Amino acid sequence: MSDLILSPNLTRADDFYADLLAAHEGLEQADSDALNARLVLVLANHIGDNAVLKQALDAAALKQE
Amino acid sequence: MRCARCTRTGRETVNKIFEVPLYAYEASPDQSAPAPVRHKVIVVGAGPIGLAAAIDLAQQGVEVLVLDDNDKVSFGSRAICFAKRPLEILDRLGCGQPMVDKGVLWNKGKVFFDERQVYEFDLQPDSGDQRPAFINLQQYYFEQFLVDRVRELQEQGAPIEIRGRNKVEAVGTHPDHVKLEVETPEGSYTIEADWVIACDGAGSPMRAMLGKDFVGRVFEDNFLIADVVMEADFPTERWFWFDPPFNRGQSALLHKQPDGVWRIDLQLGWDIDKEREKRPENVIPRLKAMLGEDVQFELEWVSIYTFQCRRMEQFRHGRVIFAGDSAHQVSPFGARGANSGVQDTDNLCWKLKLVIDGKAPETLLDSYDAERIQGADENILNSTRSTDFITPKSAMSRVFRDAVLDLSEHYDFARPLVNSGRLSVPCIYDGSPLNSADALNGPAETRPGAPCPDAPLGDAFLLSKLAGEFTLLTIDADAPDEIEVDGIAVKRLALSVKDDPTQTLKRRYLGDASSAVYLIRPDQHVAARRDTYEENAFRHAVRRVTGKE
Repeated sequence: MSDLILSPNLTRADDFYADLLAAHEGLEQADSDALNARLVLVLANHIGDNAVLKQALDAAALKQE
Repeated sequence: MRCARCTRTGRETVNKIFEVPLYAYEASPDQSAPAPVRHKVIVVGAGPIGLAAAIDLAQQGVEVLVLDDNDKVSFGSRAICFAKRPLEILDRLGCGQPMVDKGVLWNKGKVFFDERQVYEFDLQPDSGDQRPAFINLQQYYFEQFLVDRVRELQEQGAPIEIRGRNKVEAVGTHPDHVKLEVETPEGSYTIEADWVIACDGAGSPMRAMLGKDFVGRVFEDNFLIADVVMEADFPTERWFWFDPPFNRGQSALLHKQPDGVWRIDLQLGWDIDKEREKRPENVIPRLKAMLGEDVQFELEWVSIYTFQCRRMEQFRHGRVIFAGDSAHQVSPFGARGANSGVQDTDNLCWKLKLVIDGKAPETLLDSYDAERIQGADENILNSTRSTDFITPKSAMSRVFRDAVLDLSEHYDFARPLVNSGRLSVPCIYDGSPLNSADALNGPAETRPGAPCPDAPLGDAFLLSKLAGEFTLLTIDADAPDEIEVDGIAVKRLALSVKDDPTQTLKRRYLGDASSAVYLIRPDQHVAARRDTYEENAFRHAVRRVTGKE
């Protein structure tokens, strides 16, 4: 079982962050929420591993190990 | 080309089905007996589950009496979707073929969201099975075919009887029997039974009379269910709508049944006036908005239902055993009601037969509780998840639901997340006290506890050869032709991978192993398996599966 990566892993962190904000720019709250939900599902499918996803859910909930 | 006259004949047949008593009341000698007559098994309720239980027992030579407060098939189509495993069980009960012949087979479906179709699917049935993934068939036909089978058994002299308009009014439980007070058009009488199987539905009077609880989750939702006879040639597909323009914020389902009848399910929400919604002048505009203004249809049956997901804490209460909706209730999504009830009786009847014959201890019946509660919990979990997808319970769950549907229009990956009902599949009894440890490096789908999957063997299918008895299935392995363990005979079925050129047998029962020996229960579930026959191991396995170890 692989572990969720929680150390820096983005090759160009600032670029990704800018892209994320740009994707939401000008959207109404509901459309932004929908975009985020779709993004979560797309990324979850890419990861594919339920154990890693469970760790990701815990990490996002700021649950301490 | 649709033949109007055939459809008409179909309608008349259906009307007759509702009107003609299938098991009309007749006075029984029991009613004038000086002392209560004792029966071996009494089944309360002649619905699909009660009839299946009675047929199963009668086929094994167990004397069985079915009591029903009515005398006809149930009104309206009700349960319409019957899955592969129950069809296989019905084959064992001698009435699978007429069901499949009459039923509608379908594989294709479409999913709509808002105003558009988001995707369509084609359920490729798993090859190698005699029976399809499921058929659509009105419950009244299902009951009719079961009663036909009862009549056939009676002609052959089997000890089975149905008494219509015999309503159980009181129950008395005793250590060695059950006493029933039965109300008939000619007054009441008392009878006794060694065992009682309560198959009297979700509102089970038997459960109430015994004071047993039935707790679970109530879903705050109403569904309008309508059967319409349509002239239009809609394809034989399952269509499911999320948030369609004709039923905003809710869901809808269209499904085909035999005789040109279509099942329509419309979610209505919680705060509605049921009587008002049921009136044709309110139903018809809804259906026109759904089907199109120019489609000609006739309303056959309209009902509004709510549902709960719940089960009894225990299904067995001494000598009264609950099966079907009386024991557990689920949402209709996934067709897990009648389908799981038939699996209850499949699980129960061989155990009861062994106990009645004194070949197994009464505690064997506790494994019915363990295994079927596991099955019920699985069904409740699945149907609750479907309900949570169809009716999101919070703003964010709706956001995710809609995100899944939007993505499913563009990407395959999201389609498995769309949940408009997960089709009933049989429970694998992992961890059952009847299983012996897995001693074969074989496929997971045939591990101990699993129902045997089918395989084509030239002129017959595997499951037809596993007919209600303990079987030692050997595949390219040696074993005695029969073993006897404490009066229980286990007959060998010797097969070779060569018997099945499609390799289904090998794929499902051997995997990478070169030989295998399976001990199979009368309900076609695997009890034990290993690569070769070992006398001691299989003797232990037989003792274990009959509740003696």
